[in-house]
Amino acid sequence: MSRNGLFAAGVDVGSTQTKGIIVDRQRRILGRSLLDTGANVTRAAERGYEAALGEAGLTPADIAFVVGTGYGRYRVTFGNAQISEIGCHARGAKLVFPGTHTVLDIGGQDSKVIRVGDEGEVVDFSMNDKCAAGTGRFLAMAADTMDLALENIGDISLRSTTHLPITTTCTVFVESEIVAYLARGRKPEDILRGMHRAIASRCTSLMHRVGVEEEVTFTGGVSLNIGMVKALEEALEMGVNVSPESHYVGAIGAALFALERAQAGMAAVREG
Amino acid sequence: MLVTAGIDAGAATTKAVVLSEEHVILGKGVVPSRADLAAAAEAAFLLALEQAGLAREAIAYVVSTGFGRYMVPFRDIQVTDLTSHAQGALYYFPSTRSVLDIGAQSTRVSHIEPWGRVKVFRLNAKCAAGAGTFLVRVAKYLEVPLEDLGPLSLRSEEPQPISSVCAVLAETEIINHLTAGIKLEDILKGAMLAIADQGLGLLKRVGVEPEVTLTGGVSKNVGMVAALRQQLGQHINVSADGEEGSFFAGAQGAGILGFMRLKKLRGAG
Repeated sequence: MSRNGLFAAGVDVGSTQTKGIIVDRQRRILGRSLLDTGANVTRAAERGYEAALGEAGLTPADIAFVVGTGYGRYRVTFGNAQISEIGCHARGAKLVFPGTHTVLDIGGQDSKVIRVGDEGEVVDFSMNDKCAAGTGRFLAMAADTMDLALENIGDISLRSTTHLPITTTCTVFVESEIVAYLARGRKPEDILRGMHRAIASRCTSLMHRVGVEEEVTFTGGVSLNIGMVKALEEALEMGVNVSPESHYVGAIGAALFALERAQAGMAAVREG
Repeated sequence: MLVTAGIDAGAATTKAVVLSEEHVILGKGVVPSRADLAAAAEAAFLLALEQAGLAREAIAYVVSTGFGRYMVPFRDIQVTDLTSHAQGALYYFPSTRSVLDIGAQSTRVSHIEPWGRVKVFRLNAKCAAGAGTFLVRVAKYLEVPLEDLGPLSLRSEEPQPISSVCAVLAETEIINHLTAGIKLEDILKGAMLAIADQGLGLLKRVGVEPEVTLTGGVSKNVGMVAALRQQLGQHINVSADGEEGSFFAGAQGAGILGFMRLKKLRGAG
């Protein structure tokens, strides 16, 4: 069953998770999806798209334009265009928090900082995708080593009342540091707080490379971790915007670009 | 007969040797280091003594080296890895001028004088790219026993390059290659070439002075030795398959330094 109106979709294929978003002409979010990317990236993109369509109650025939973004954007084989995640994050963050001038996105395998202009355009950006320290992988490894669920470690870290410094940078080697602390009877919450602070410190130095201008919006899967939000606010000495939409910001930006392209296409048809 | 012992307390394994006055290994032992470095040092030492058929009292001098060298309670002195590996490398290859020591958690390169004094050196112990631990992780994701990695990689005809430098981020790439149906040996060789590049980067920064001798745990892996030679484009000494001279170079070098020290002490006395 087809619906009337203009609809557009964004699919953000991340290294760890794939996000899908459907928007209408008023830039309202009608459907969203979130799933693990897994090994078959093309299939993940399709599934993310289908799930978001399902939530919106739409079929592919209803969608005027699809934009793929994220590390796997070229695997969005059904997409009409691919746009880099930098542009999409800037645009998406601006919709969710209109006062945004700096975006920090911490994903599973990279972290990026984007300075955003008043119109949601990219002014400058800096990225770390060479080293797992300062990315979600660092936390995933800590959770694994300590045998805790990844979604719980942020809350646990907030119980800490001491500063336990983590001195190792490398995600591989930090495992030994964690094990050594545990062997010495240090509390998991103190170790976790140290881990969160270590990432916050690496990400804020990335931020200072492009300059930090308020408001700061924190996006990406790691923004769902409350311990990370607090550690970041402490390191930056300012509040940061986070919302349940933070995880979807790349996909939202992609959907907004898709909407613009669809509208431009229609305008071109009308003018023609 | 004067006998010394060298203990190399490394991040992954602890090696011990017992040496004759001619610096020949009479006995050797190796155990995983794990959390208790002192216990590992003791265990490796006992193995070396047993193989040499000697009692503890027969050892005139014990020299420790390696990352855990201060944790060897029965040592007489400790020396740095650079100094011990230089002596170990010179024992097997007297013309060694550059030492490349790749261990589990660190890579060290140095230029040395013909008598073993270290002139310049560089270390990397901050990042697993280029260190042996990277290989251990690769073995884990590929589900291949660590000791089979080397021989398997030598079968590769079309190495699959990997672009990630980071040992953690490479995991995703390797898994993607596996899913794409690329042969195990080609993925492995690609990973080894990447690790070799990282390790050699440090050597290139100090400059390559021939002859180059490889020491440390990675020297046991024939695939890594081949990858390092290929990426450097020149010969790298490794001693000696079977004898594992390069693997025990730190411990042996420490034992040799024990003799030097004894000679000095006796000269002074």
